[in-house]
Amino acid sequence: MTPPAIISITPVLASLVSLLAVIPIILLGGRANLREGASFVAGIVKFGLIASMLPTIMAGSTIEYTLWEIVPNLAIAFRVDALGMIFGLVASSLWIITTLYSIGYMRGLKEHAQTRFFSYFSVSLAATIGVAFSANLFTLFLFYEMLSLATYPLVTHHQDKEARSGGRTYLTYLLTASILFVLPSLIYIFIKTGGGLDFVAGGFLEGHVGGTEALVLLILLTFGFAKAGIMPLHSWLPAAMVAPTPVSALLHAVAVVKVGVFCILRVYSGVFGIEFLSDLNLGTIVTWIAAFTVVVSSLIALTQDNLKRRLAFSTIGQLSYIVLGMALLTPKGVTGSMMHIAMHAWGKITLFFCAGAIFQATGKKYISEMVGIGKRMPVTMAAFFIGSLSVIGIPLAGGFWSKLYLLWGTVEDGRFTMLVVLLTSSLLNAAYFFPIAFRAFFCKPEDSRFEAKVEEAHPCAVVALSLTAVVTMLLFIYPEPFFALADTATQHLMNR
Amino acid sequence: MIDQAPAIVLLAPFLTAVLVVLVGMKYERACFPLVVLGLCCSAAAAVQTLLQVIEAGTLRYSMGGWPPPFGIEFRIDGLNALVALTVSTVALISAVYSKNRVPEENGDKISIYYTLLLLVVTWLLGMVMTGDAFNLYVLLEVSALTSYALIAMGTRRATVAAFKYAIMGTIGASFYLLGVGYLYIKTGSLNMFDIHEVLVAENLHQSTTVLVAFILITVGVWIKMAFFPLHAWLPNSYAFAPTTTSCLLGPLVTKVMVYVMIRMMLTVFDPLYTYLQLNWGNIVVWMAVIAILAGSLAALAQTDLRRMLAFLIVAEVGYMVGGVWLANTAGLVGAIYHLIADVFMTLCVFLFAGIVFAKTGKRDITATHGLFAKMPLTMAGLVVGALSLIGIPPTAGFFSKWYLIQGGMAAGHWGYVTALLISSLAMAVLFFRVFEYAFFGVKPAEGHGDHHPSGKGKFSEASASMLLPLLGTASLVLLIGIFNQSIVSIITDFVGQFNLTGSIMR
Repeated sequence: MTPPAIISITPVLASLVSLLAVIPIILLGGRANLREGASFVAGIVKFGLIASMLPTIMAGSTIEYTLWEIVPNLAIAFRVDALGMIFGLVASSLWIITTLYSIGYMRGLKEHAQTRFFSYFSVSLAATIGVAFSANLFTLFLFYEMLSLATYPLVTHHQDKEARSGGRTYLTYLLTASILFVLPSLIYIFIKTGGGLDFVAGGFLEGHVGGTEALVLLILLTFGFAKAGIMPLHSWLPAAMVAPTPVSALLHAVAVVKVGVFCILRVYSGVFGIEFLSDLNLGTIVTWIAAFTVVVSSLIALTQDNLKRRLAFSTIGQLSYIVLGMALLTPKGVTGSMMHIAMHAWGKITLFFCAGAIFQATGKKYISEMVGIGKRMPVTMAAFFIGSLSVIGIPLAGGFWSKLYLLWGTVEDGRFTMLVVLLTSSLLNAAYFFPIAFRAFFCKPEDSRFEAKVEEAHPCAVVALSLTAVVTMLLFIYPEPFFALADTATQHLMNR
Repeated sequence: MIDQAPAIVLLAPFLTAVLVVLVGMKYERACFPLVVLGLCCSAAAAVQTLLQVIEAGTLRYSMGGWPPPFGIEFRIDGLNALVALTVSTVALISAVYSKNRVPEENGDKISIYYTLLLLVVTWLLGMVMTGDAFNLYVLLEVSALTSYALIAMGTRRATVAAFKYAIMGTIGASFYLLGVGYLYIKTGSLNMFDIHEVLVAENLHQSTTVLVAFILITVGVWIKMAFFPLHAWLPNSYAFAPTTTSCLLGPLVTKVMVYVMIRMMLTVFDPLYTYLQLNWGNIVVWMAVIAILAGSLAALAQTDLRRMLAFLIVAEVGYMVGGVWLANTAGLVGAIYHLIADVFMTLCVFLFAGIVFAKTGKRDITATHGLFAKMPLTMAGLVVGALSLIGIPPTAGFFSKWYLIQGGMAAGHWGYVTALLISSLAMAVLFFRVFEYAFFGVKPAEGHGDHHPSGKGKFSEASASMLLPLLGTASLVLLIGIFNQSIVSIITDFVGQFNLTGSIMR
């Protein structure tokens, strides 16, 4: 038997703390060190609050808090369970490291409007944790929209023409999809169930909607959360790469995009219910949609010369891994999918940190210009190599475990096509990542574009990227916390 | 004294108007404090009235002690108490806002301007509170006459716009008057509630005369509320009027007319008649769909900030007419809630447009160039209003869409649902265009190297008398959203008496 839910305000505080941090950040705007100090304090408090809930969640319980009933039968409510915990832990811990990295990056490049940058970063994190700990579809939607809007000033930070067009694409995709697809589905479900939107472990739609309605809702909700970058609603992610790299790293490899897949996972497990989906055989459709994205995005990534764009397309593919794993609707697939949220986050953020460090130190954005860069920035490129290992799913990096579970999930249900898709994509991942690291270290001296003298990026940035690289490797040796959480979550969701 | 609250709502601005004429001839500077004082009294009395209605149900107040149906009766229920409070609040906010604008724009006729402003508020409040169909006509005419004058005090183009408005407005009012005349022939009464009783008691709903009366009244009211395609008078009137006038009339006039439509459809005629017997719901909602789309698209085509906002009003009127004619509880609740929410969102963006005009002297959207750096607080006010018009939670606009879409779905009217969603997107485009000018400037720099715009300029916010109303309205928009339950419960009580759930249109 699962222990009863605990009522506590901690999840609310965990989300709110970074929203409140905006006040000191703005007030201390003139004094950069104190201002970043405020960001750190908020980050550490946030992480502490989330970590303090970990034992309860590990014990199989949940933490709930209803803030405010805003519409009859519908409240802004928080609920922490294992799935939300995975995401909350990843996002909050990476925020601390990203703050460190941002200091290096933003000061190294002498960016303007840094106070604005750190303020909106804080707001974005509040929204991210809000999504992770939402107890119902309405609260989820609220924070989802808040995140879209709060990240806009970050994406368009440079305030030039390129940023404007990138920002346009970004918001057009995200807002259009959420208003046109998610909002009506939300209201439709609300009407059909007679006022229930609370996530329930086994789903609550069964018995309220028929097969066709369920299919339409599933499609609307899958594409509506466009932050998940499922093709053809993926173009906003490469466009968002105009943002400063810390934004691309934390938001467009972790927070924003993972919010997208997290919403999809939540909706599949908490609204439809895994059993309902497999009864109607709806998972298959989603696996095909995701499989298409996985393969095509990897192929596109191969053709990109701009490093950040290549990483963006790689992210699109990896996000669909998560969706695919969930849509397999098998225990191992679901576990793998949840673990991949964490594993991919640590690996991909390392890669983005490296891309930013290279840009900050040398001004280079294109892969073809990075031949021989390993001699100049050995730490960065070593970290890059580790990050690639994790994303490809090769041992010695955490990504191995989640990919293993995903593969296991396909075999479990005899879905060999999907097995082939995943393996092909892994090969493609290797094909677009290895040459970068390889040519950085091993090239003919005359091809090298860099002097052999070691000259790394801003120390804060280097420390940050080394940290994430080390954790990526540690996750291979000790995937326990995320594994246990994913396992708890899966058991909870699959228990019929 | 407390019992007289409904009368004070009206009398306070009316008596102040008289006072302003007298005092203003000699001491022009005394006008502004007097106006604010009078409107404060009115707003306070409106709050008191609403509280009484919540506590004791429908209030009946006979003007001058003459009993109905001969005297003029105020019968105040949840609906008009709410709308009256809205009207008086908006009046108060725009009065505060007018402090510097009136001397700047109409320096030679301050006392006249303020008198007219107070009078138009009085008439609008009267329309909301009266229970007499003919009295409503009189107020309709005088309020229109007053607003023609208020609009014509703007730029040269405002004069032409006011003339156009005068013609259209007169036609609309005449239609309404004719309709009331037909009803009087059939029922022998002018008291709204009395008319309803006679209509039901003598089974007059089958009569062609009543049908004609209904059509005349509805069309008349549609003209006055600028329901597409009867909207042609509206955009220029509000675009070229003096700043304060468009802030006051823009949000209010159309909404008050929507209130009149609801009152006529439900209280005077009967929901059974308007929804079931006539069964025009489907057609009217489709007309509303066209209004929503046409208003949103026309707004997209504007380069003048206030004209753009004026077309938004046309779209919003479509929201409400559609919601009312969906003929179910959710739609009606949504329409009434939207009526209140939209007043404040529209006010919010009009106040912003006024500030931009006051600071830059330009009407064009590009005048917002670089404002995020120069006027962050003003922009914050706009952002709240804009997000509400787009419909992002937890602003008021989200919840009105929430109820309206529920109504649309419950009625199975997918065209209406789609129109609402598309219009949300159109508003997003509209306002993000403004945000882009304000954030990137009109011509953003190329390439990464030169991305540090000369935003080092000092803050130069508008004066407190303009900024505070904007921020106050923005917070009201948020509060109305967050506390939407308490407002909706009043509306539900009102709508509940009609037992609409049974008459869902299919």
